[in-house]
Amino acid sequence: MSLPRAVLALLARDLRLALRRRSEMLAPVLFLLMVATLFPLGLGPDRDLLVTIAPGVIWVISLLACLLSLNLLFYADLEDGTLDQLIISRWPLPVLALAKVGAHWLVSGLPVVLVAPVVAVAYGLSAETISIIALSLLLGTPILSSIGAIGVSLSVGLRRGGMFLSLLVLPLYVPVIIFATAAVTASLEGFSPAASLYLLAAMLVLAVTTAPFAIAAGLRISVS
Amino acid sequence: MNRLTLWFHKLGSPEYFYRFSGRLIPWLAVACAIVLGWGLYRGLFVAPPDYQQGDSYRIIFIHVPSAWMSLFIYVAMCVSGVVGIVWRIKVAEIVAMASAPIGAAFTAITLVTGALWGRPMWGSYWVWDARLTSELVLLFIYIGVIGLYQAIEDRRSAARAASILALVGLVNIPIIHFSVEWWATLHQGSTVNLMGENAIHPSMLWPLLAMALATKLFYAFNVLQRARVMLLDQESSKRWAQRAIGVEMPGSTV
Repeated sequence: MSLPRAVLALLARDLRLALRRRSEMLAPVLFLLMVATLFPLGLGPDRDLLVTIAPGVIWVISLLACLLSLNLLFYADLEDGTLDQLIISRWPLPVLALAKVGAHWLVSGLPVVLVAPVVAVAYGLSAETISIIALSLLLGTPILSSIGAIGVSLSVGLRRGGMFLSLLVLPLYVPVIIFATAAVTASLEGFSPAASLYLLAAMLVLAVTTAPFAIAAGLRISVS
Repeated sequence: MNRLTLWFHKLGSPEYFYRFSGRLIPWLAVACAIVLGWGLYRGLFVAPPDYQQGDSYRIIFIHVPSAWMSLFIYVAMCVSGVVGIVWRIKVAEIVAMASAPIGAAFTAITLVTGALWGRPMWGSYWVWDARLTSELVLLFIYIGVIGLYQAIEDRRSAARAASILALVGLVNIPIIHFSVEWWATLHQGSTVNLMGENAIHPSMLWPLLAMALATKLFYAFNVLQRARVMLLDQESSKRWAQRAIGVEMPGSTV
C-alpha cells in the first residue's frame, strides 16, 4: 500500500467510525446552536447589542465546541491499541497524525463552519459580515483542531487528561480568536478584513505543516 | 575532543553537574545579592523622581527586569528542552523543568507590578492591551508546562512532553516582544535599546541594567539549586546521590 492510500484508508476509517456514532458527531453543532440561543435570552434581544457581540460569541462557542470534541481524538485509539499500530507502522507518523487531524476537522470543525452562518443570521448580521465569519471559521477551525491534537497527544495517557486538556490548549488558542474576531469586527466597522484573514491563513499554513511533527512526538512519549 | 566540548559532555553527567553547580552557586548567590542591593538602592533611593510620574515610575526597576526575565527564561527553557529531547540528556531535561516555576514567578511579578503601576498612571489595574494579554497567555503556558510535568508519572517522559508543549508555546514569545510595535497599544514601546539611542537618563539606566543583571544571576543560582534537588530526587537510587547527601543504602546501583 502506498502512503497516499494509507492516509486515505485512515481517513475513511475515522469518518466511518464517526458516522456510526452520530450523536458524538452532532454534539459540537448542537452545542453551538444551544449556547448561541442562551446569549440573547440572557442579555435581552437588543438588536444593536447582538450585532456587536455576535462575532465574539460565535467564535468563543466554536472554540469551546472544538475543545469539547477533542475527546474524539486518540483516546479510543489508545484504548483499543490502534495508536500502537499507527506508531509501529512503516508510514511516517506525522503524516498519519495529519490524517487524524483532517478527519477530526471534517467531523467536528466543518459542521460548525456550516452552521455558524445560520446563527449569524439569527443575530442579525449583514450578508457581508456573515461571509467573513464563515471564512474566518473555515481558516481558523483547522488550526484549532491541529493545536488541540497536540494537547491531546501530550495528555492522552493521563487518567485526568480531559480536565487537563483545556489548560494546555486554551492559551494556544488565543492568537486564533484574536485575529479571527479582528477580521469580523473590521468588516462590521466598514474596514477591510483582509489583513487579519491573511494572518489567519498564515497561521493555518504554519499549524498544518508543523503541528503533525509535535503531535507525532507527543504520541510517541504518551504511548511509550 | 577540545576542552570546551569535553567539559560540555561532562556537564551532561548528573554527578559532575551536581558537584560543578554546588561550587558555582555560592558565587552566583553572593554576586546576585551585591548587584541586587546596589541596583535597588540606586533605583529606589538615589535616582531622581520622574518629572511627570513622580515616584511611581520606580516600579520600572522591578517590572522591566522581570518582564525581560519572563521571556529570557522561557527561551532558556526551550533551548534546554530541545537539548533534552534531541540528545536525551537528563540534566538538560531537568534544567528545562527547573526553569519553568522561576519563569512563571517572574511573569506573575511582571503582571502584578504592571497592574499596580497602571492604577495611578492609566487609571485602571488592567486593560485588554496586546502586551498585557500576551504576557498573561505566557503565564498560562508556563502553568500548563508545570502542570503537564507534574501530571505525568514517569519523570523523563514528563520532562519531554512538557518541553514539547513549551516549544509549541514558543510562538507566543515574538508576539509579546513585538506587540508594542505591531499594534497601537496603551503599553508604551521600549525605552532601553541595546543598539542606538536610549530614551532614559543614565541615572535611571544604570540601576535598571544592574537589576537586569541581578535577575539573571538570581535565575542562574536558583535554577541550579532547583536542578540539584530534582537530580537528587530522580537519582536517589544511585550511589553518587546517596553519597552526596551522606546516606548510603545497601544494594544501590552505581
